[in-house]
Amino acid sequence: MALKPSDFRVPDVYADWCAGCGDFGIMNALQMAFAELGLQPHQVVMVSGIGCSGKEPHNVKCYGVHTLHGRSLPFALGIKVANPNLEVVAIGGDGDGLGIGAGHFVNTGRRDVDMTYIIHNNGVYGLTKGQASPTLRRDVQTKALPRANINEAVNPIALAVISGYTFAARSYAYDIRHLKDMIKQGVQHKGLAFIECLQPCPTYNDINTKDWYTGEDRKDADGKPQSRLYKLEEAGFDPVVKDWNEDWKKKAAALEKAQEWGDRIPIGVFYRNELEPTFQERFTKRIPFYMEKPPAKQKLTDENGNSHVNLQQFMDELKTS
Amino acid sequence: MGDSKMVKDSLNWMAGGPQGSGVDTASNIFGRACGYGGLYVFGRREYHSNIKGLHSYFHLRVANRELLANVNDVDLLAAFDAETVVRHLNEVVSGGGIIVDSLQMRVKVLDIPTLPPEFKAELRKFMQEKNVGETVSDWLEYAKKNGVQVFPVPYMGLLNQIGQKLGIAQMSKITRMINVLTIGVSLALFKYDRALTEKAVKATFAEKAKIADMNVVALNHAYDYAEQTFKDSFKHRLEKTEVNEERIFITGNQAVAMGKVLGGCRVQTYYPITPAADESEYLEAHEILKTSGEDEAILVIQTEDEIAAINSASGACLAGARAATSTSGPGFSLMVEGLSWAGNSEVPVVVTYYQRGAPATGLPTRHGQGDLRFAMHAGHGEFPRIILASGDIKECFYDAAKVFNLAEKYQMPVIHLLDKAMANCSQTYPIFDYSEFKINRGQLLTEKDLEGKEYLRFQFTETGVSPRVPLGAKDGVHWYTGDEHNEEGHISEEPFNRRKMMEKRMKKLELVEKEVPLEDRLSFFGDQTSENIVISWGSPKGAIIEAIDMLKAEGLAAGFLQVRMIVPLPAEEIRKALEGKKRVIDVEDNYLGQLGQVIKEQTGIVPNFHVLKYTGRPMTTTEVYEAIKLILTNKAAERQVLMFGS
Repeated sequence: MALKPSDFRVPDVYADWCAGCGDFGIMNALQMAFAELGLQPHQVVMVSGIGCSGKEPHNVKCYGVHTLHGRSLPFALGIKVANPNLEVVAIGGDGDGLGIGAGHFVNTGRRDVDMTYIIHNNGVYGLTKGQASPTLRRDVQTKALPRANINEAVNPIALAVISGYTFAARSYAYDIRHLKDMIKQGVQHKGLAFIECLQPCPTYNDINTKDWYTGEDRKDADGKPQSRLYKLEEAGFDPVVKDWNEDWKKKAAALEKAQEWGDRIPIGVFYRNELEPTFQERFTKRIPFYMEKPPAKQKLTDENGNSHVNLQQFMDELKTS
Repeated sequence: MGDSKMVKDSLNWMAGGPQGSGVDTASNIFGRACGYGGLYVFGRREYHSNIKGLHSYFHLRVANRELLANVNDVDLLAAFDAETVVRHLNEVVSGGGIIVDSLQMRVKVLDIPTLPPEFKAELRKFMQEKNVGETVSDWLEYAKKNGVQVFPVPYMGLLNQIGQKLGIAQMSKITRMINVLTIGVSLALFKYDRALTEKAVKATFAEKAKIADMNVVALNHAYDYAEQTFKDSFKHRLEKTEVNEERIFITGNQAVAMGKVLGGCRVQTYYPITPAADESEYLEAHEILKTSGEDEAILVIQTEDEIAAINSASGACLAGARAATSTSGPGFSLMVEGLSWAGNSEVPVVVTYYQRGAPATGLPTRHGQGDLRFAMHAGHGEFPRIILASGDIKECFYDAAKVFNLAEKYQMPVIHLLDKAMANCSQTYPIFDYSEFKINRGQLLTEKDLEGKEYLRFQFTETGVSPRVPLGAKDGVHWYTGDEHNEEGHISEEPFNRRKMMEKRMKKLELVEKEVPLEDRLSFFGDQTSENIVISWGSPKGAIIEAIDMLKAEGLAAGFLQVRMIVPLPAEEIRKALEGKKRVIDVEDNYLGQLGQVIKEQTGIVPNFHVLKYTGRPMTTTEVYEAIKLILTNKAAERQVLMFGS
């Protein structure tokens, strides 16, 4: 039976984000996406790190694993390899994924694990009261900063593309339909999908606000705000790699698009490659029965409860008699 | 020179040379050859943190009975290079021998480039005190005066002849066979059965028939040379005996790997680190597992760091697999936050922890037991854990399987605490019997159990253990969080809930104490009625048992209490065992006597003697025997620090 987005709500948990927080939009988009994908709550595992974003799984009715700061990807990897039949969606903040967790961000890309990773990008560490995150641009001073940010920013899309993510997309927390669509595409993508979700922090980021994204500061002659966001798809951008020969060309195009910021910010899919063998396919090459009998589904015992493993192959190599 | 032999019924062979010159392979061949002849072997491997060039050696002790530890003596030293002569000359006993490259004779000892200045200073002192000259030849003359036989062999000359026989002109291919050359000479001197040695060479190079054939030619050439040149001049003999049982020659790393597979481990994560990585590589090489039914497999994943390693293992546990990670001290330092998460979320993750010389990078390829306290207390906050410390390679095997039952039954992280000595030592055993090993997954619910019921992952129960459901089970949706949480697994900061959750988690340790049989937590050896008792844990076990046996033969009685479960510590049983003893002797490979301290804290009993070692080399039977004897004969200081080993 197909479920509705409301079937993915968790009624007895109060979502404790600030009023106007983009996390609400992301929560709604996730619930809508899961419902539209025909998933059941028990088939999905959401894995998060620490920060406001880390609480996201508690507000979506599916298996939720709220882990350590920066470590959502290693947990997600372990879950997915142990049971590749689960739909795993990792989620976290920009500081979580690109600061403390940057090493995991890059190395998970090398594995093309068939799962989805969503980063909430609001430029600040909200839960610790507004310090600069790795995506905040140099010389920007959001309101809690004692001085303007002295570090350059990480470019999440560019980093994902060169790290080996085979799907890289960006969306915006207040465009729930678009975000839901990106999440659906990410989940359906064969391989590791990365989605950067631009998100105002109404409490600590007074620069990249909702009004800033939608262009309230730059109205046209008729007084209509000119949104800074534009959709790659509508601009005729083709992110799909259809042949290995064009892979670097597509990657380069994605990198170039990822540099755009300021008055024109692209959202949509930057790069997509389903030619790359996933981590699961790589294991299946070595272990043909991996998908049917992954680690979480193996029997381990005989009918008497004894370990049924036969160590003969090990012993034969070690035998001295 | 060593004193006359104290451990009389074994023969000791040592091979030494620059790292990368085949010392390990040589020892494996020698060990196997002995095994084929019905002999038991105990091997100790020492190496530098270096790829090629620095000194490494392998000490093999051989006997007609099961051996438990290493000794100081060397009866025959096979020196691949001059440094080996310098480093081990004084370990060769009177009546023993040294096989040496005749071309190395004129090498000036102090010119050997790999010797560090602080070691050269010691050598200078030795040369002055004993009036020994500056060349290898002078050193060997000194050895001869002390009753050691020297067997000069023209390595390059023999290798050239071997090359001609094989039609190989390329010297680099030939010089690789120095190791087999010295085995040929060694076993000829021992008059050991040549066919068994050939068999061992073939088994060692089983995958590469061509190389095996080359090495057999080299072996026989060396054998012939030594027989003709040295005839019957060496008095020690190695004789094969009948063997009517299956035996294996196995390292700790291999035993742990096999134990894990037996225990149902199906995901292993790791980041490369000495001396743990060998275990993971061995597992990966054997990833497809035969069973009495259909094949299964273990997935080995090399992660980007140890932080990922423990957290991926925890993730795999949540999904319902049995999972472990394997590391040593520096890696475990990085795992600490993940351990705390696992404790809080009641994750049955297993950490295999091989201690090595520490702190910091310490002695990365050497031995130590300095991490007991760290393993006990690692992780912020209070959460339950189990620490099981194996004492020998056989225990490594069974414990590596058992820890998964403990982890799942009590739903807490388990640290299987080991050390470098066990990881890298190799030992002959009758083949391990594992036919009776049961897997107990504790309260693990199936989808059928869940039907129509409300499920709470952290349900409050009498014992503190809540039924577990793997991620993905229908009707079992639940949450995990590193925050304090309610029964559903959602964040909760309510004081009443907090108190109940803390108590729920912590009281599981009481269940462990009640249910785990004492024989899995403590082992007793020697004379329990004696007024003397040795306490220890981990790899000193073998040396202590052998030392106590030797002392018994001299009329000196002592018991030995091996502590296996460090957390929760069987404190009451330990107190009973130690109470009223005249001498409580704490033997450990660390500076502080950490187990002694823990026992003092938890029982009030203070060990009055300490035998400690922190040189990075494991204790030998010889030195433990000497140290305990001094204590039992009232000649010892309260604290003895052992020093043996290069």
